[in-house]
Amino acid sequence: MNSKLTRRRFIKGVIFSGAAATTGAGVYLANAQNGAGTAERLISLNINGRTRPIDVMPSETLAYTLRYKLDLTGTKIGCNRGECGACTVLIDGVANYACSVLTHNVKDKAVVSIEGIKSADGTLHAVQQAFINENSPQCGFCTPGQVMSAVALLSSNPRPTREEVRAGLSGNLCRCGAYEHYINGVLRASGQIA
Amino acid sequence: MPSHDVMPNMELYQPVQVEDALAIADRLAERGWLVGGGQDTYGWLKDRAKSADALIDLSAIESLRGIRETADGIEIGALTTLTEVATSDLIRGSYSLLADAASVVASPQIRNIGTLGGNVSQDVRCWYYRRGLSCYRAGGNLCYADTPQGMNREHALFDQSRCVAAGASDTAPALVALDASMVIQNLDGERVIAASEFFVGPANDIENTTVLRPGDILTSVRIPYTWANAEFYWEKVADRNVWDFSLVNVAAAFKITDGQIKDSRIVVGAVQTTPRRLNEVENAIRGNSRNADTAEAVKELSTTGARTLAHNGFKVSLMQNLVKRAIIA
Repeated sequence: MNSKLTRRRFIKGVIFSGAAATTGAGVYLANAQNGAGTAERLISLNINGRTRPIDVMPSETLAYTLRYKLDLTGTKIGCNRGECGACTVLIDGVANYACSVLTHNVKDKAVVSIEGIKSADGTLHAVQQAFINENSPQCGFCTPGQVMSAVALLSSNPRPTREEVRAGLSGNLCRCGAYEHYINGVLRASGQIA
Repeated sequence: MPSHDVMPNMELYQPVQVEDALAIADRLAERGWLVGGGQDTYGWLKDRAKSADALIDLSAIESLRGIRETADGIEIGALTTLTEVATSDLIRGSYSLLADAASVVASPQIRNIGTLGGNVSQDVRCWYYRRGLSCYRAGGNLCYADTPQGMNREHALFDQSRCVAAGASDTAPALVALDASMVIQNLDGERVIAASEFFVGPANDIENTTVLRPGDILTSVRIPYTWANAEFYWEKVADRNVWDFSLVNVAAAFKITDGQIKDSRIVVGAVQTTPRRLNEVENAIRGNSRNADTAEAVKELSTTGARTLAHNGFKVSLMQNLVKRAIIA
């Protein structure tokens, strides 16, 4: 078992998920043992390169799990309806809204959140550094999602045109209207603006 | 309306074989809710506007994914994502109408997980219905949109029958234009239904937008070679370029011989619950060239029978203009 997830934290997590856990956990665990098909609540997740065991409700979204079970609060929940992009994370390298994915859907996948993109030595990702240099964020609430969409874009298209950046970040709202600054940031991160 | 961070607790089934999914769907019937990418599902459940005892998550069934060539066209697994449809070389090459339609659905992140099967099976857009009000479509006996004070700017022009909600799918009109057919399985076997018959309007069934019934799973979409490499036209008009649903869209295919239209398909979306194929326009333009004169001649014909509501009159001229552009371009 991962040393970071102590017995105390695990129990805390179960209590936090409330009545659902007390009424449902036994059934799901029992079902998982005899293979009846319903999802087992105790699963392990690959988040930011680490495998963590965790108790997950059947209808829990990934955004909920990240923020309220794993304390990875860099992923923001804006609309919680897949209409703003603040919760964007990478699932197997693909940008997705964490509010609109069941955590049980990513059991066998690699999830990367905003906490997982800096280097091991703490160096910021090129997109993060470029956003700082370009003063891209204003209030900053949408920034983690903007960063994740930009990282996904640059991994498939390392030197995008301005129009391609616009399309790549089009699933992320910024209510401050700092879009041009984010686009400049992505172009800087791709080495096209010095 | 309260905002809920979480969905109600439900059972979750995650079968990896179609056979298992069919058995679960059959056993649970109305108590089960099929989920592909979930992009229409989760809003309903978070809002408590609809509920289910159990989710049947189809996303782990690999056999429902992917695009393959068949003897007479292509077959697209129902769980193939819209991004995959929009970027597939096979589809871009010969059936670009569908790729173009899929490429403007919602937002990049939603296309990355939303599926073709889900896009055609999604429910209508009407904020009264989606708010959970007991309207006709929800089993009640009132339409909140078709009233003097009702907000119905996005609603239907045609085939209203108590409900005036419009269908929201961008890929549906493209599939009808391509003469696609839908492969549906249940425990009794498989049936193949033409896309034009797959979608149903409120006059025939007010509580469903497709022929899918409890126990059915849409497993794939087949596109025959009939319209491969035809001249295509796709256009979507919405208030915003991203996320937004079509106010009106048009999917058209033309076979041209010696500069004349030999055959065509013109299908308009978001003007009624189902994709609206304009058979009379197709007949009227046969034998003519794709030009402004031909387009202008069928302008009125294209919207014959429209019944406007208080706020959606603009859709008539929008639809006429889109049909004209489809014919000209």
